[in-house]
Amino acid sequence: MGTKYDAIVIGGGHNGLVTAAYLAKGGEKEGKNKLKVLVLERYHKVGGAAMSEEIHPGFTYSTCSYVCSLLRPEIFRFLDLPRHGLQVIPYEINSSPNHEGEGIITYSDHDRTRESLRRHSIKDAEAYDHYAAEISRQCRFIKPLLMVTPPDPTRLNPFAQNKINPWGKRNDLEGLLKIAHEFGRMGEKQMYEIIRFWTMSIGDFLDEYFETPRWKGFAAASSIIGTALGPYSPGTAYVLLHHYMGEVDGQIGAWGFARGGMGSVSKAIASAATEAGVEIRTNAEVAKVIIRGGKAVGVTLANGEEIYARTVVSNADPKRTYLKLIEKSDLDAIDPDIHSYAKNFKIRGSSGKLNIALDGLPQFAGLPKESAWGTIDIGGDFDYIERAYDDYKYGSWSKRPFLDIVIPTTVDPTMAPPGKHFMSVFVQYVPYKLGEQPWTPEMKAAFEKDVLDTIEMNAPGFRDLILHCQTRTPWDIENEVGLTEGNIFQGELTLDQMLFNRPFPGLGQYRGPFDNFYMCGSGTHPGGGVMGAPGANAAREMLKDFKHGVV
Amino acid sequence: MSANRYDVIVIGAGHNGLVTASYLAKAGQKVLVLEAGEQMGGAAQTREFAKGYRTSAVAHILHALHPKVIADLGLEGHGLRATQHRIGTSAMLPGGGRLDITDDKAATQASINRFSPADALAWHPRMERLVRLAGALGSFLMKTPPSPSPAANDFQTKLALGMFAVQLRLMGKKDMLELSRILTINVADLANDFFESDVIKGMLGLEATLGVYLGPRSPNTVFNLLYRLASLSQKHGQGGFYLPQGGMGAVVDALAKAATSAGVTIRTQAPVDHILIEKDAAVGVVLANGEECRAPVVASSADPQRTLLHLVQPGNLDTEFLRRMRHLRMNGCVAKVHLALDALPDVFRQAQGRMVVAPSTNYVEHAFDCAKYGRVSDNPALEIVIPTLTDPSLAPSGKHVASILCQYAPYKLRETTQDEARSQVLERTLNVLEQIAPGVRNQVAASEVLTPHDLEATFNLSGGQWHQGEVTLDQVFFLRPAASFQQYRMPLPGLWLCGAGAHPGGNVSGAAGANAAREILKDLKKTASKGAA
Amino acid sequence: MTHVQHLKPFLKKTPFHEPMEAMMHGAGWIRWQGYYSPAYFDSTQSEYMAARNGATVYDVSPLIKYAIRGKDAAKFANYLVTRDLTKVAPMNVAYTAWCDDDGRMIEEGTLFRLGPNDFLLNAALHQLHWLNESAYGFSVEIEEISEQLAGLSLQGPNSRVILEVLGVQGIGKLPHFGIMETTVDGHWLRIDRAGFTGDLGYEVWVKPQDAIWLWETLFRIGDPYKIAPMGGHALEMTRVEAGFILVDVDYIGAHHAIRPTQRVSPIEAGIGWAVALKKDAYFVGKRALQKEKAEGSSRFILSGIEIEGRKPAPGAFLYADEKGTKELGLTTSAMWSPLLKKNIAFAQIPIAYTKPGTEMWIEIWYPKEKKIERSMVKCWARNRMFFDPPRKKEVV
Repeated sequence: MGTKYDAIVIGGGHNGLVTAAYLAKGGEKEGKNKLKVLVLERYHKVGGAAMSEEIHPGFTYSTCSYVCSLLRPEIFRFLDLPRHGLQVIPYEINSSPNHEGEGIITYSDHDRTRESLRRHSIKDAEAYDHYAAEISRQCRFIKPLLMVTPPDPTRLNPFAQNKINPWGKRNDLEGLLKIAHEFGRMGEKQMYEIIRFWTMSIGDFLDEYFETPRWKGFAAASSIIGTALGPYSPGTAYVLLHHYMGEVDGQIGAWGFARGGMGSVSKAIASAATEAGVEIRTNAEVAKVIIRGGKAVGVTLANGEEIYARTVVSNADPKRTYLKLIEKSDLDAIDPDIHSYAKNFKIRGSSGKLNIALDGLPQFAGLPKESAWGTIDIGGDFDYIERAYDDYKYGSWSKRPFLDIVIPTTVDPTMAPPGKHFMSVFVQYVPYKLGEQPWTPEMKAAFEKDVLDTIEMNAPGFRDLILHCQTRTPWDIENEVGLTEGNIFQGELTLDQMLFNRPFPGLGQYRGPFDNFYMCGSGTHPGGGVMGAPGANAAREMLKDFKHGVV
Repeated sequence: MSANRYDVIVIGAGHNGLVTASYLAKAGQKVLVLEAGEQMGGAAQTREFAKGYRTSAVAHILHALHPKVIADLGLEGHGLRATQHRIGTSAMLPGGGRLDITDDKAATQASINRFSPADALAWHPRMERLVRLAGALGSFLMKTPPSPSPAANDFQTKLALGMFAVQLRLMGKKDMLELSRILTINVADLANDFFESDVIKGMLGLEATLGVYLGPRSPNTVFNLLYRLASLSQKHGQGGFYLPQGGMGAVVDALAKAATSAGVTIRTQAPVDHILIEKDAAVGVVLANGEECRAPVVASSADPQRTLLHLVQPGNLDTEFLRRMRHLRMNGCVAKVHLALDALPDVFRQAQGRMVVAPSTNYVEHAFDCAKYGRVSDNPALEIVIPTLTDPSLAPSGKHVASILCQYAPYKLRETTQDEARSQVLERTLNVLEQIAPGVRNQVAASEVLTPHDLEATFNLSGGQWHQGEVTLDQVFFLRPAASFQQYRMPLPGLWLCGAGAHPGGNVSGAAGANAAREILKDLKKTASKGAA
Repeated sequence: MTHVQHLKPFLKKTPFHEPMEAMMHGAGWIRWQGYYSPAYFDSTQSEYMAARNGATVYDVSPLIKYAIRGKDAAKFANYLVTRDLTKVAPMNVAYTAWCDDDGRMIEEGTLFRLGPNDFLLNAALHQLHWLNESAYGFSVEIEEISEQLAGLSLQGPNSRVILEVLGVQGIGKLPHFGIMETTVDGHWLRIDRAGFTGDLGYEVWVKPQDAIWLWETLFRIGDPYKIAPMGGHALEMTRVEAGFILVDVDYIGAHHAIRPTQRVSPIEAGIGWAVALKKDAYFVGKRALQKEKAEGSSRFILSGIEIEGRKPAPGAFLYADEKGTKELGLTTSAMWSPLLKKNIAFAQIPIAYTKPGTEMWIEIWYPKEKKIERSMVKCWARNRMFFDPPRKKEVV
């Protein structure tokens, strides 16, 4: 059996590409151990959920993910992504229209945001300083956690690494000691605040600072994006951080557009990977992982072709990986619990997407024109979001959904013909199935109408500007991108599926249950978003195993 | 020593206050207990709600009273018969039908089998595992919560923490992983992972949310389920559900006897107006009639908000601490309904003693949705007991009492007045009952509804919250009642918290009172040895 | 180009903006809590000299002002701050700190007691959230009234005579930290004798609509007395000479600290004299501060130091020995004082080294043409109030 490759990466999403590039470069320190890597992508181009395509003539759509900032600066720097064409343009304004009064606007400039809030409530404006400081404190603690492998709490020395690699612990121990050190420097009080923050709801957290219902609803938005939770669900406060950890130009919480659409992110990483010697095959769908004697030895493609390699790493989500790509008999031979972990893994999709080509720029109610330069959130108070969530809970899309809208063409006019615009509409909440029923074209049309009506209500005249509209439900996202149930994070971001429990308890260190098998997608720590951290962390663990000869 | 000088003053003669007082008196302290009401017991008393009809006023099932408290205080010698009437659980289905969970494994399996053969097989292994996992948490009920900052713990606390770690290891890797997985998830997901029949999922949904302002789909609800299950193990509670003879008041009577025989002075109808503070320390209390009682230790079994926001006057505590107290989640959501019944419908008689009405996850979730928007549930979930089945003396001969928990009836109502809420609770509860026992409405001779507001007014429970603060992950262990103040000592020197607002929280368990007494004694010993030196 | 440039300007203008702009030569605006504030008008050096030898005018309108009134105002204010307000009579200013639960300083500033239950708190940072949180249970109304008053700080040896010429009756009798209210030409004035220069000086407050009148009148009658406008840079020099600390420069405000261990107590910030540990009433942080005092657990004291030579030493490390083996602390603010002809700084040093005259070593990195060079020189602990002329408190 000829093994031409050191590693096969299943899936050419951004994390898969990051893993491939890191492996081919021999890790962060560009070690001697440069691996021969093959990336297999089932679609005709790479990118997964970070994809740009010309769906309507002349318009570049960012078809799934639409903003960029979570991408770790370490990865940006190491892969020299700007040289490969990636440029992130920060946006400096976030707003929420109001068809019954003045909308809410926040800016990247702190003083300016406070002034803006004063129009709604002096109390809230003054509390904003305290709130922002508390969020920074929480972020400072979490950020160093992103780029380390989580410890395994069930081992006697929780800092020790996987059993097959007892020598590898040093690297990680350093990282963890750093965290412990950070934790210690905080003092008892901040420790408590962090523990409390991780278990509380964003609703309770915001209630401690603010009084204006619409502002609270607006501030809570980041906490519910991509989750199957409402603002008063415990654990949502953490999700807020997950979005605040975005970093553009070292500014925490800043978000940006990728010039040329989100596809530029994948394109740049792919280009860096190719330059490092990675081989990328598109139109190459993996059907099965070949397991022999408890070891992963290669993959079988959908066309029957078998490709062998010393290691296999899956960028697919945990459910897809363990329930579709791997035979149940192979799993059961190792540990029957893994199958039930995979079955019970929570991966409900909750978001849809509308991609719209516009004849001109819409004007949002209660907002100045320049608000179109940033994100526009259509929502309301907590009740608005809770009611949207109630629809979802019982198996329907939100009749009045929460929408996160961006118009990247205001910043990057090259993405549409002159004067025209591309609008990305992220819709929360949309279920994967309607109760037990799959989506039908009629249902999808009804869903689209509800979303467009909601926008029209907040931007009168908007409907007349529509040139083309592409609507995607979680069902579509699963079928087109391969994300199980259309979950954008490859698994819900709840406490039980974080850190050492991501993807499953006991498999939190990127290594699968089989020797030579790894995971590198958003379904592993630290989770979703176009962040790249899981990919880089997985590569580090794999290289350790190569170095110590356990592969 | 003047008449009004004591070693310790305990505010409130609820079960925890009496437990603290008894422990301290047994250790030789001169203790005064001050109770605002006419009757002792607080939320654990027996109440005559209609002429000749009596029932447990708030809590109506005994399951959590800690065996160590019973033994330490010799409660059985003072007349406590905790485990006289053991009861099973019946999940009642509107429109007829029920599922019985009893000690009889085979019968339980057979009962579940009628709904789902798969669930019949899964029930015992699944629940036994949950009880095992809960047991690991349960061993901390009688311990003082440690601080996550190691330097802040004394030797005993460190030892307890070490034992806990060892115990977790002994659970084995699989159980430990399972615990870490399920601790923060929601009970609807857990029920879906484990079972297929709606009736079981609904029942678990109610068990996990009873008394907290959360729905079955809210994260962290499995923790509540485990918390409840912990008391159902023999080691950390009574090992099952029991109806106390004479109502919950009988438990308090035993506690009061224990306290009195240990030398505790108990005064009822002696409401405390505020805590007396001199030189930035608590030195006693001032009663509503202006009378002063002094003691270097004041232990309050009132809830944290009442104690720290009202009994301590403004300007004596720090800002962030008070803010934490104000934001405790204490949104009571359970109303108590008492019915005097002329005759008992057969379905009630045939059931296993404790009846729950929560036929599916969505039923409970819908009930919660109403509460979310500040309304009484259209179709409330219920927990019903008929105490007169085991203790006929609670009602005139041949008559019966139904004691019902109605969830959800939120404390924070939006467009409903208190009076409307009260009649809605009764009306909607009867509607549900009627679907289970048609005709029961006509048997109701008298009724009483205690909404969370009424509970607050009657029993001084802030927010009408039974547990003096919801027992949820962000409000337990070293976060109860607030971080840095989890060891019963409040920031005001001389002031202690000994009620359910402190670790380990609610239920008629006595654990908080016992733990507080232990910490107070530790402190007194330290002061004494310092004084001697 | 960032998007902000596409947006409308938003910095607010104080009521003195127009006349200040007319006198400004180099567009020396800086930002102060969302307002335009002058950094300098012409030259920092000449403004500094004017402050020390004539009189200067500095726009203090952006200070954030909170009115605290109501039945319990006195009780509440005394609970909020570290000073004992039972010893501060109405129409007096109290310089005070306020702390969090742990006795860590949120900020310090001046509290005007205008009546038995009428207070005005001047802060550099936004405090309403904290004030409201602290006021729970008290019967008080707290209102942010920043824009209801416009203020100029008139400082310098000639400041009194200017106010006399303006026609303020009894200005000579106004004691240090006293407040008076009067009317001149039909304009309401509130004058307090305090400031940030450590010299004779006053703060003059008017209704915003009278701001232009005040500015123009002061400059008209002040001309013979060498009146000059002053910007933030010159003010910075005078306040270091005067030994005044500045939030987020000399210490991190407790609510701004990302790591709680970065917070400092007022004792550590060198204003322990403003902490009335013995006052009868409790105040926020009292227990923590009592503990710090009893245990001697202050990590350092912000003290004055005088440094050999004339190389300014901001952010410089102090050592016990010339070799630099034992590190003592670090300087915050530092400058060469043209008036005192001394090289001065504030430094966080252990309490054992704070006795005036104690010798230490300091490592200074300074630019020499295009190179950065290091020098290790001696320095001595000093009273932080480097400049304290008798006229500051003199009553005539």
